[in-house]
Amino acid sequence: MTRILLTGNAAAAWGARLAAVDYVPAFPITPQTEIIETLAEWIDGGVLDSRLVTLESEHSMLTAAGAAAVTGVRVFSATSSQGLLYGMEMLYNLAGWRAPLVLVNVSRGLSAPITLEPDHNDVLAARDSGFLQLHCATCQEVLDNVLLAYRLAEDARVRLPVLVNLDGFYLSFTREPVAIPEPAAVADFLPPFSDCGLHFRGGQPSSQAVAVLGGGLYSYFRYQVHLAAEQAAAVYAEVAADFERRFGRSYPAVEAYRCKDAELVLVMIGSFATKAKAAIDGLCAAGQRVGLVRPRLLRPFPAAELRRLLGHRKGVAVIDQNLSPGRGGILHTELTAALYGLPQGGPLLVSFVGGLGGRDIAEEEFVQMVEVLRQAVQEGIAPPPRLLFTEEELQQVRRLQDIAHGRSEGKGEGEETS
Amino acid sequence: MSESGPSSHSHLAPGTPLCAGCGGLQALQQLYRVLGDKTVVVNAAGCMTLLSIYPFTPFAGSWLYTAMACAAAGAQGVRDALDIQLAKGRISSAEDLATVVLTGDGSAYGMGLSATSAALDRGLDFLYLCYDNEGYGNTGHQYSSATPRAAHTATSRVSGYAGSKKDLFAIWAAHRPSYVATAIAAEPQDLARKVKKAAALRGPRLLLVLAPCPTGWGFDPALTVKVGQLAVETGIWPLKEYVDGRAVHTKIPRQRTPLAEYLRLQGRFAHLFSPQPDEQRLAELQQAVEDYWQQVTE
Ligand SMILES: Cc1ncc(C[n+]2csc(CCOP(=O)(O)OP(=O)(O)O)c2C)c(N)n1
Ligand code: SF4
Ligand SMILES: [Mg+2]
Repeated sequence: MTRILLTGNAAAAWGARLAAVDYVPAFPITPQTEIIETLAEWIDGGVLDSRLVTLESEHSMLTAAGAAAVTGVRVFSATSSQGLLYGMEMLYNLAGWRAPLVLVNVSRGLSAPITLEPDHNDVLAARDSGFLQLHCATCQEVLDNVLLAYRLAEDARVRLPVLVNLDGFYLSFTREPVAIPEPAAVADFLPPFSDCGLHFRGGQPSSQAVAVLGGGLYSYFRYQVHLAAEQAAAVYAEVAADFERRFGRSYPAVEAYRCKDAELVLVMIGSFATKAKAAIDGLCAAGQRVGLVRPRLLRPFPAAELRRLLGHRKGVAVIDQNLSPGRGGILHTELTAALYGLPQGGPLLVSFVGGLGGRDIAEEEFVQMVEVLRQAVQEGIAPPPRLLFTEEELQQVRRLQDIAHGRSEGKGEGEETS
Repeated sequence: MSESGPSSHSHLAPGTPLCAGCGGLQALQQLYRVLGDKTVVVNAAGCMTLLSIYPFTPFAGSWLYTAMACAAAGAQGVRDALDIQLAKGRISSAEDLATVVLTGDGSAYGMGLSATSAALDRGLDFLYLCYDNEGYGNTGHQYSSATPRAAHTATSRVSGYAGSKKDLFAIWAAHRPSYVATAIAAEPQDLARKVKKAAALRGPRLLLVLAPCPTGWGFDPALTVKVGQLAVETGIWPLKEYVDGRAVHTKIPRQRTPLAEYLRLQGRFAHLFSPQPDEQRLAELQQAVEDYWQQVTE
């Protein structure tokens, strides 16, 4: 095992390399492109015995990926934001095809307005597609999750595509020390691709992805996807335990940080959880009982584990780096559903939305959110969801609007309407 | 690529839910007779999607339905996966399959064109069968970019389609593929020859088959062959092929039947004949045919 400094993107590429993927359908998009560039270089240099094909869109890329997987090879692909949405039709199809492949998404906010920086609306748009989802907070986790994802995808009890998510910029372009497992050890953990009889072969005619007539058959196949996704929870636990035994790194479906006797808990996914941890360390040092819960596995949704970790707390703050306009934070909705109807009543839930389009969440803001949560618990009433935005940020927007309208500074938007 | 001749595994089983007299199905039958079961048919949304309805299929070989835009990309994935396994010794050449794309005009001329163009760029080894029924048939025959000028469709009910049929043959040929041919099931010998030629070649190949469609075009299913023959005899559907960088007509109708005889058989052109003949539009349509053949024979 070697330990080197890798970006999140390079770690994803290493995951694919160690998984000895056969086929990489690709299409460039920032901030994912480094992944396919790295793989292309390895393939061209003869380091990786694989084939990379650049399609003309992510819709085609995903189609080729799924078609290859159901023909019988191990497939890796990667995209971000607009690309994931451009291929959305095929995400649902690939799950329905039961195509066992791994797709890395490097999260990036969705247009409009167009931006390069991350939030989770892209990956959460794929939430109901039937792809399983693993979310990363470190570069090491990116590499390891790709390996876990293949075991999960190819398990005969699951047989579903898996999406591994990392945040653009904060992980994709950040170098961290990453332990690279020995290829032989990976080969032991992840046996060669087995198609479980799902393939195209001369002499063995098969029809895949055929039409159905009637809701009964349609429901049957959709339920099959759902049941396989549910079954994936137990398979994930097995696979993660096997991974820990072999490589010494532990990846429970839900990470609990300083939760032992925490009264208040923050819930987040992705790399910003690392910022939350720093804030929590400070608060704990000051004698507060605050922890963090971070789902790694988002599909299947680890509801039982979240109930176990959160059901007895006084208060839980969900920090969503996504926004469902007209509703609010998506994780908050999901968590509310998971914690509803507990015999002991469950914790008070407070919703925050922040970190959209790569906007930072500062340490003081975490401290403030904990304070709002504490207050809410004391009063026994959850305040309305809060959208993180500072007075200073608003001033900055106003200044730019003044420039755009050719006004002298400080007049602001409202005054100029005619 | 398989070059297998006719075999017991090369007929489409009867009993599909397609309409009686479907010109597209006739062409597919001819193609399948040559290609046989050592194929994966990669399909896009359209009438033919209903050939394989769980748990039945008329195909002796394999089938993959994709979506409307991306059959060519599906073919890429299948072809690449087979090639990878052949190269890595995981399957034998006896287990190899030919990759066939099957789509309608709506997909081939429109939504799937970007994926197809890219497959041509890459020189993908596949055979594309487009059954051109000149409209979005499966959704009730709205106009597509393959609809001929003046045709009534579900979205051009009043005075007919205002555009003109797109030239997909030329678009394909501009990519310099291995083979492009237009054909029609009503000219079985011409079609059979082109099918054999296409099957024997490698690289990107298109069979663009006009598919008289009783349901969408409004004629009696018994007239499918007649309508098809008239399409050729009037010169509105030129039979040609592109091979080795050159486009050649495989049949030049020098004594062309007046176009009106083709149009008159079809409900979609009825407004050109009643209550009174629309002489001006009929003349324009005839002139467009004349102009085409003028530049061919000159
Ligand atoms: C993305 C998408 N948009 C629309 C449709 C609806 N749709 C299904 S078949 C079809 C028509 C396809 O036309 P064509 O390719 O000519 O095939 P035909 O139906 O004529 O056989 C359409 C529009 C679809 N399946 N997918
Ligand atoms: S609508 Fe036309 S193309 Fe479609 S099945 Fe019927 S006859 Fe064939
Ligand atoms: Mg059509």
